[in-house]
Amino acid sequence: MAKRAFDIRRQTGFTGIAIACFLMLYMPIILLVVYSFNAGTSIAIWEGFSWRWYASAWENDLVQEATIRSLIIAFWASALSTSVAVLAALATTRTRSFKGQTAVFAVIHQPLMVPEIVTAVALLIFFAMIKVATGYNGLAYLIIAHSAFCIPFAYLPIRARLQGMDLTLEQAAADLYATPFQVFRRVTLPQLWPGILAGAMLAFVISLDDVVITEFVKSAGQDTLPTYMLGQLRRVVTPEINAISTALLGISVTMVIAYTLLSKVRN
Amino acid sequence: MTDLSQNAARRAIKTRWMLLAPALIILAFAASGPLLITLVYSFLTPGDYGGVVWDFSTDAWFNVFLQRDIFDDTLGWSDAHLSIFWRSVKLSLLTTLACLVFGFPTAYFIATRPKQHRDLWMLLIIIPFWTNLLIRTFAILELIRNEGTINTILIALGIIDEPIQMLFTEFSIILGMVYVYLPLMVLPIYASMERLDFRLVEAGYDLYATRFQVLRRVILPLVKPGVIAGSILVFVPSLGAYVTPRVMGGGNQLMIGNLIELQFGQGRNWPLGAALSITLLAIVMVALLAYVRVAGKEEVQHG
Amino acid sequence: MTKAIKAQSLRKVYNGNPPVEALGSVDIEIEDNEFFTLLGPSGCGKTTLLRLIAGFEHPTSGRLEMFGEPLQDLPPYKRQINTVFQNYALFPHMTVAENIGFGMEMLGKPKSEIKATVDEMMDLVQMSEMADRQTSQISGGQQQRVALARALAPRPRILLLDEPLSALDFKLRKSMQLELKRLQTETGITFIFVTHDQEEALTMSDRIAVMSNGAIRQIGGPRDIYDHPADRFVADFIGDTNFLDADVVGKDGDLTALRLTSGKTITASAHDDATGRVTLAVRPEHAQLATSDEGLLTGQLREVVYFGTDTHLHVDLGDGTTFVLRQQNSPDMPANATAGSTVGITFPPAAAQVLRD
Repeated sequence: MAKRAFDIRRQTGFTGIAIACFLMLYMPIILLVVYSFNAGTSIAIWEGFSWRWYASAWENDLVQEATIRSLIIAFWASALSTSVAVLAALATTRTRSFKGQTAVFAVIHQPLMVPEIVTAVALLIFFAMIKVATGYNGLAYLIIAHSAFCIPFAYLPIRARLQGMDLTLEQAAADLYATPFQVFRRVTLPQLWPGILAGAMLAFVISLDDVVITEFVKSAGQDTLPTYMLGQLRRVVTPEINAISTALLGISVTMVIAYTLLSKVRN
Repeated sequence: MTDLSQNAARRAIKTRWMLLAPALIILAFAASGPLLITLVYSFLTPGDYGGVVWDFSTDAWFNVFLQRDIFDDTLGWSDAHLSIFWRSVKLSLLTTLACLVFGFPTAYFIATRPKQHRDLWMLLIIIPFWTNLLIRTFAILELIRNEGTINTILIALGIIDEPIQMLFTEFSIILGMVYVYLPLMVLPIYASMERLDFRLVEAGYDLYATRFQVLRRVILPLVKPGVIAGSILVFVPSLGAYVTPRVMGGGNQLMIGNLIELQFGQGRNWPLGAALSITLLAIVMVALLAYVRVAGKEEVQHG
Repeated sequence: MTKAIKAQSLRKVYNGNPPVEALGSVDIEIEDNEFFTLLGPSGCGKTTLLRLIAGFEHPTSGRLEMFGEPLQDLPPYKRQINTVFQNYALFPHMTVAENIGFGMEMLGKPKSEIKATVDEMMDLVQMSEMADRQTSQISGGQQQRVALARALAPRPRILLLDEPLSALDFKLRKSMQLELKRLQTETGITFIFVTHDQEEALTMSDRIAVMSNGAIRQIGGPRDIYDHPADRFVADFIGDTNFLDADVVGKDGDLTALRLTSGKTITASAHDDATGRVTLAVRPEHAQLATSDEGLLTGQLREVVYFGTDTHLHVDLGDGTTFVLRQQNSPDMPANATAGSTVGITFPPAAAQVLRD
């Protein structure tokens, strides 16, 4: 029998570990999804297929409210953070280095660098002061807090897109009598669009998934879906949690795949 | 004669700051500003029912690592805090190590796939990363709890009679963190690995190196920046982890994040919580600065 | 008559460490309706000058006028000047026709007029069938035509062309050169053309400005520049040149008497302040082989290099310099010279040009 050709890329055991890794990453999630359809109340013993936990989650007022709240916050946070991120990206991309650049980048990227628990505590302290001073306890705190930590996630894909754009296109438009605003609307924006959409979707997912900051900032009765779930973990766990998780997973995975496709869009 | 280009430059600067203003205002209001206030709070006196009394005090900072004995008023190390700090560092290091052991071969595996398949494999790594951290932690929880999948199967197979207590241990916290942060290890290592020129590997074999020697003497040194970056990217969030130890540790196995939360809940010692937060931030910043230096070096090498 | 472009002491310094002076106090006047070329090696300041005229850069100091009106405070979109960019800069999210109509749309022209002009322009550059194509679906040469049509459509008073032919292959470049010249004559628009290709400049231009190191070295017609280069840089940059040392020994009207290193004396045209040791430029094709007695210079023929259309003869003058002659080849020409023989070199007085330093 002929000996197999020497494969320079092979390293003993690596493929095995890699496959174990992928199994480890997906097995728990797959089990979680599977048991959301369990007819029984166990999350380990399979008793047949059923939609009952989706129905029970759907009928649960707390879940409904938390879902709506999560979506409202995610919508506003992603809209707000993406809008300001577009402006910030326009200001910081394709220019020579400027005075204060390091400080600006540090502030924009701060939510990525500072541990979430630290930001959460800081917001708890700061917003407690404002809550006392103003008496206002509404959703605005959560929206603004989410907007802040979504900014870098919206900023990065937009900035990447801008950096890949040809500066001469804008010059060509200006040369052809387009005012700065027309240049932005007719040339910059249409090309930036995939980046903006990608940034907005990323911001939406990040906001939707947040637990720690929401847990510390929320006032009484302002549970989002993740903080509701965190609260439920202390009690007896039924597949209802799996059903909620599966729904959230569905949104995230869809958005991430769409994001990946969008960031690959070339001119 | 006036410099005409300077007028234009001034206008450009004004425009730039106007464009930056909205983002900076939001971040100042809900990120940077509160951090400064936290620093101020760490020098105040705790209020009786949470909050603070506006009296200057260094007690909070004093209490981060030290404590006064209730009986004889002598000064000693705060064993409770030190053991939590030590656990945080230990579990983060073990998590980093475990991520490296699993992540490095995985990154290598992906980097050696045909070019057109690599993006797909990477997508498989990225998807879990962008899905809800709580859900992923919860998925692991369901797997290992006493009435969870693993124990149920083992009991059904008759291998064990009683469920193995895996949850609420240091092991379960590490498992949870490895599961959650593994993509952060694979991403940078893969980025280095993808640029690896496999002709160098051929040259290694040509010069009589064995597989292991090629790995150790050729591949590892070349992807070292990615390994260091990945290690720091895993270590930093592990150190500040809050959700995973809360869910997987069940309140027995506190890490720094949980200790901080405690000061704002039952502890009612906001200044101490603030001081602990700033301490955690300082440790993280040191690690991130190290990362920036490594990343900077890598850019120079490949630039 | 007012000039299409008039620049006075125009200077551009880029901030940085150290600051870079891209353009150092340039004076230039460009006539209406002329094909004017800025020629020079990369980094000579020609593109900077073009970008100052277009309005993409602001001058550090100096004045810039267009048909007598000050230009330096107008943004690009208020200048009746259009540019053909080096990489064409066609908008990738618009069709060919949308690209061509963009300028007129921005000017707020009525739709019917835009349509008519776009059709006319596509006709002019022979792109009529491509109107609805995406710009990524057409070839480089076609993109070039669209870029040209787009810049011409709003009927600018001045058209700037930034090395527009450099991305095209040789044959296409040749035909585009003639086409550009034709378009300029037909439209009557002032063309300002930037290139580093001397041949391109000589073929198309009415006048050429040769630039180096942020300064203009010489302005003149193609023949003028080629036959009477003002200084060593121009002589060297445009075509091939032999440089000879000579001493001024006398003046006779317009002509100056010069003694060559061989001891022979010739007369040549020279600038007025030429005295003492000067440098003389002689084009290779303006010199002929002669017997060593007849020759103004003598030397040893080192190499004979055959080039198809012509033959290059390298003559060692014995003082460390080599003189190159270029002879047109013809089928009946005998192979008269062989390497190693001693030969003479002659050239007519008009072929020798005294250079400024």
